[in-house]
Amino acid sequence: MTILPVPLSTLQPGEKSKVIQLDVKGLLRRRILDLGIVPGTVLTCIGKAPAGDPIAYLVRDTVIALRSEDASLIYIDSAAR
Amino acid sequence: MELKIGDRSNALKDHGRVMREHFGIRTTGEQYVIALAGNPNVGKSTVFNALTGLHQHTGNWPGKTVDNAQGTYTYRNKSFLLVDLPGTYSLLAHSVEEEIARDFICFGHPDATIVVLDATSLERNLNLALQVMEISSKVIVCVNLIDEARKKKLSINFIELQKELGVPIVPTAARNGEGLQELQNAVYTMAVEKKKTRPKQVVYSEEVERAICTLLPKLEKLDLARVVNPKWLALRLLDSDISFIETIGRYAATQNQKIVAMPQQGSKITL
Amino acid sequence: MSTLTPIDPLLKIYSDTESIRLSSGTPLADRVVTDIFAYTEKLAKQVVLREDTVQCSWKDKIDKIVISRVFGYPLMLLLLGTVFWLTIAGANVPSEMIASVLFAFQDVLTQWFQLAQAPAWLHGVLVLGMYRTLAWVTAVMLPPMAIFFPLFTILEDLGYLPRVAFNLDNMFKKAHACGKQCLTMCMGFGCNAAGIVSARIIDSPRERLIAILTNNFVPCNGRFPTLIAITSIFMTSALAFSQSLLAAGMITLLVLLGVAVTFAVSWTLSKTILKGEPSSLVLELPPYRRPKFGAVFYRSLIDRTIFVLRRALVVAAPAGGLTWILANVYIGDVSVIAYIASVLDPLAKAIGLDGFILMAFILGLPANEIVIPILLMSYLATGQLTEFGSLFELKKVLLANGWTWLTAFNTMLFALLHWPCATTLLSMYKETGSKRWTFMGFIIPTALAFTVCFIIAQTAYLLGLA
Ligand SMILES: Nc1nc2c(ncn2[C@@H]2O[C@H](COP(=O)(O)OP(=O)(O)OP(=O)(O)O)[C@@H](O)[C@H]2O)c(=O)[nH]1
Ligand SMILES: [Mg+2]
Repeated sequence: MTILPVPLSTLQPGEKSKVIQLDVKGLLRRRILDLGIVPGTVLTCIGKAPAGDPIAYLVRDTVIALRSEDASLIYIDSAAR
Repeated sequence: MELKIGDRSNALKDHGRVMREHFGIRTTGEQYVIALAGNPNVGKSTVFNALTGLHQHTGNWPGKTVDNAQGTYTYRNKSFLLVDLPGTYSLLAHSVEEEIARDFICFGHPDATIVVLDATSLERNLNLALQVMEISSKVIVCVNLIDEARKKKLSINFIELQKELGVPIVPTAARNGEGLQELQNAVYTMAVEKKKTRPKQVVYSEEVERAICTLLPKLEKLDLARVVNPKWLALRLLDSDISFIETIGRYAATQNQKIVAMPQQGSKITL
Repeated sequence: MSTLTPIDPLLKIYSDTESIRLSSGTPLADRVVTDIFAYTEKLAKQVVLREDTVQCSWKDKIDKIVISRVFGYPLMLLLLGTVFWLTIAGANVPSEMIASVLFAFQDVLTQWFQLAQAPAWLHGVLVLGMYRTLAWVTAVMLPPMAIFFPLFTILEDLGYLPRVAFNLDNMFKKAHACGKQCLTMCMGFGCNAAGIVSARIIDSPRERLIAILTNNFVPCNGRFPTLIAITSIFMTSALAFSQSLLAAGMITLLVLLGVAVTFAVSWTLSKTILKGEPSSLVLELPPYRRPKFGAVFYRSLIDRTIFVLRRALVVAAPAGGLTWILANVYIGDVSVIAYIASVLDPLAKAIGLDGFILMAFILGLPANEIVIPILLMSYLATGQLTEFGSLFELKKVLLANGWTWLTAFNTMLFALLHWPCATTLLSMYKETGSKRWTFMGFIIPTALAFTVCFIIAQTAYLLGLA
């Protein structure tokens, strides 16, 4: 089975997948790590704001909202959806 | 144009002055200083209010408290000074209010630190608790919001959790006053009776541990052990956060005679 | 030059560590975090037992609506409008009651002073100046605030505020700012100084500064009742249901205008002196929690009452005394106050106000609560109407002094947009540590208030509308 990384921002509400890799830089990277978004973490997309952005994700029993361009720097496993 | 936020470069001699001038904390002679740390929105201010009878603002959103607040309570004839801190996800701060919390937890040397956790998301919350346990052995873990956990039909094995973490665990529902007696008791035992704990230390993957091993001898030469835990300092050296290293250096200098002089106010440290 | 500092050993080790930090594929710092979470995951599995529920609780369903494309914004507007409506409709009767009790007591006080044969100036300063202002501030400010804040706190405790920030983040992003600015604005309703301190939750210093500089466009505790008072008295003489709805609509529009100005100023700042791209947003949305209604209501009611009364005592009463003195010290045959007002009058007229109003705003710098009392006192001291029993006579006083719809409208606009109060400026200085930014925080709203009011007034004059 090959793992195909796709950006987290492509995850649609209701879908669920695993983080493969973080391409986020600097402070944001730290923050995202501290919230427990690390390779292997399971994320569920809960919903989008009325304007389509930001997007809310369920991470380790908490809900975290990210802007889509930040979410697009987090890669998830497309097969695990 | 830079935002200059506070200035932490005063050379201070004793701990009381560090407390006062850096954190605005005033203790009277026989008072035990207890810090309340935890992720944002887990109920720290609610615990604070319940214990001190004060009315710190609370609210259901992360970031309600942005500054240190202090209050006292008496338990078994001892006086305790409780410090309510802003919420923080980890000890690697990003924003001003988190820095305030971080600096107090790392350098305030309270007589006990209560780390408040959200019972409904232990997995995320334990991160901070473990980080604090790397710095200090005087840690009490308060698992708050157990009423919410019950509603979500979660049951938590506190005995096993305590065995694993090696520090006292107190389940509470602060808003309803549940478990506060036990919390005060645990604080008393730790701060007054100086009961020892054996906080769980995370075992890192091999390459991290190896890096720590190469750093430790170098750090021992600096003789900072009295000020900060060397292993924790080694870990911070692995982060790419130079400003925090500078902060550590400055605090160390306020408390360690071996390192006397300080960088002047505002001087840039170039490598 | 200043490279040799004694903490260098530590920094030197730090720089030596660079090679270790970068040696492996994933940065070691990441490994540290990953390892901790691997452990917490294991630990949580071990100690937490989940009763397997396929969860779709009411909380999830509510979020489907709160952040939904269709209902998200309308719901926000509806809630905002409802809170304002309850505030306006509910504040009316208690305002009247407080006013009648306090003003009745003023007569008693006056009798006592007469009995004691106290000099007229002492009675003037203490009763007509200090006490009367205190009574006005309490009657006008307290009821709306004692209704608004408990309602607001319920929304806050429910967990609604972060959802508002979530819904609005996109607009803040377009203004190159941060969605959390919205939370600081919510705090600004209580007090702009508190709003400014709460901007600490914003990570990026640039976006934080934007939040600090624009917080003033949220009407705070001291200005909000002023807006309500003017709206109510100009909408109606006795508040009927439909008219209180209208007044609520007006207030909602004003607040929305403040929000629009916030976006516009944030955007302009981002394009000019605070250039920069929007950074990121990481916002936790806490679960909805059922507020403890009784406790919340009681607590915030007490909190607000104490807040309002303290400000009334500490700032409003002295200001009232001072204003009375200014109104009763004469240079030639004009009082000091009338003189100042006449100097300000041309400028004030150009922006649709009058000299007294502008002077009241200037004297209101210490606290916005005192603008209306100062204004009334100056009118009463100089006009034909000298006594004033109920709040609805307020309208008479204003009309007798030449107020038109334009005066009312521009006074509200000016109140919404003008310079921050002294306390707010002080916290701006504390938070930014810069006189320059504090000055910007003063000059931006001031310039804006004058410009907007000028344009509206001139347009109205030109079209012969006022
Ligand atoms: N159900 C329940 N709610 C609680 C409990 N403790 C606190 N809360 C609520 O949780 C919310 C957050 O509480 P705070 O005390 O403000 O949390 P905090 O940790 O101080 O938050 P920050 O200052 O933002 O870091 C408030 O709405 C409280 O009413 C509890 O034991 N049970
Ligand atoms: Mg708090």
